[in-house]
Amino acid sequence: MGNFSNTFSSSLGKKLVMSLTGLFMCSFLVVHLVGNLQLFKHDGGLAFNTYAYFMTHFPPIKVVSYLLYTSIVLHAIYALVLTMKNKKARPIGYAVTNGKANSPWTSRNMGILGTVLLVFIIIHMNTFWAKYHWGGVPYKKYVIELQNPEHVQVTDLPISSVEPVHTDAVDLQSGSRVVIAKDLYLIVQNAFESPLYVAFYVLAMAALSFHLIHGFRSAFQTLGWDHKKYIPLIRFIGVWGFGLLIPIVFAAMPLFFLFKTFS
Amino acid sequence: MSGHMNLTLKVWRQKNENDRGGFITYKATDISPDMSFLEMLDVVNESLVKRGEDPIYFDHDCREGICGMCSLYINGRPHGPKRAITTCQLHMRSFSDGETITIEPWRSAAFPVIKDLATNRAAFERIQQAGGFVSVGTGGVPDANEIPIPKVIADEAFNSATCIGCGACVAACKNASAMLFVSAKISQLALLPQGQQERYQRAQAMVAQMDEEGFGNCTNTGACEAECPKEISLTNIARMNREFFSAKFFKEEEIR
Repeated sequence: MGNFSNTFSSSLGKKLVMSLTGLFMCSFLVVHLVGNLQLFKHDGGLAFNTYAYFMTHFPPIKVVSYLLYTSIVLHAIYALVLTMKNKKARPIGYAVTNGKANSPWTSRNMGILGTVLLVFIIIHMNTFWAKYHWGGVPYKKYVIELQNPEHVQVTDLPISSVEPVHTDAVDLQSGSRVVIAKDLYLIVQNAFESPLYVAFYVLAMAALSFHLIHGFRSAFQTLGWDHKKYIPLIRFIGVWGFGLLIPIVFAAMPLFFLFKTFS
Repeated sequence: MSGHMNLTLKVWRQKNENDRGGFITYKATDISPDMSFLEMLDVVNESLVKRGEDPIYFDHDCREGICGMCSLYINGRPHGPKRAITTCQLHMRSFSDGETITIEPWRSAAFPVIKDLATNRAAFERIQQAGGFVSVGTGGVPDANEIPIPKVIADEAFNSATCIGCGACVAACKNASAMLFVSAKISQLALLPQGQQERYQRAQAMVAQMDEEGFGNCTNTGACEAECPKEISLTNIARMNREFFSAKFFKEEEIR
């Protein structure tokens, strides 16, 4: 076996894959969260739909997105392989265990939490990502007055046999910017009208919270980065940033649309 | 005899490696709270011998917490409910009168049960033999300060070297991982000047042997650190990871 495959088939090599893919997904979460904050804007989805087009068509972002899909798959596969090895390492279990006496709950349930997240990712991508790419999403036309950019005239484009083309052009004659974009915002709005679907999202974000409270700092431990000076900072970011702030703001999005529907 | 305790013991009995084994319940009567846990088992065993039964087989040697032989999984925790002690240092005052105590052997594919509560921990020895040594002559006792080692480094190496190889880390870990043990053994030599020559070869060889033995993989739960009778810290595992990744990605030393 070559040095490379030897390294990644070892226990520590597999853990390295878990750590690096995990941290890459953490970095994605930050970008995803900041981008999706545009859902909170009151502009009929103009900012969000323009952003969605950019994220799916800008080549460097596309490269990163394929890296991300690879990370998700690798993280899940390696987790499965490691878990199976771990089960094999203790074929006969204990009659009495007292895990809470020596370890936090999150650290002992990463597999279950991760499975919830994998199911969430599949459903989430099916609802938005797949629909955006192949699902026949209606288009919206935005006419923004150049003199007064706050004034946006929004019209639904009728679903016709000829699909409109995404455009973002300035019409100097009428003094306005015309944007025609796939209306992902509408898909989001419709999806989050269902209380059951929203409840599932909130549950998944709770799982994300617990997964990252352990996962973020654990990734650094696996990398061997446990400098006394920086560990408190990593723990702080892991618990307050990735464990609380990010899942809470994500959970606020479906709740925001649900309350908007009912109010 | 006032203040003595009566206990119910659920003990794992298994004739040999191939026997399926199972729990047998015993009454431990008139136990002094000042007895150690192993002395309590001695009392139970004496009564078993008197009745002509096979005594409970368990590992023990020094009975002062330094040899690493005793290895009982008591009520769901290796070496019982107290922190930083071995089973022989655990006293019956840590239990209450009338309590039921479940006693199991270490559970790991790499530690097969020899009999009852004793397991074969030779896997640890094979990991040590793979690289946990210095193969140059270190000579006699050197003069003081002949080999300069900063105090903090010497302390840290000594902390790692206090590992007695009892296997509580493996027993405590939900994945039956031996990484705390292996990392302590790698650390104690990696930190000191005498260990530098084989430093990266050692990390690779010992990790490879650990994997070979069928131990699980660390998920950083910290259970090993919490249960270790010698309080070996998780820092050792981080250091092992650094040694291993440095060896694999930045050095050219191969495993022999």
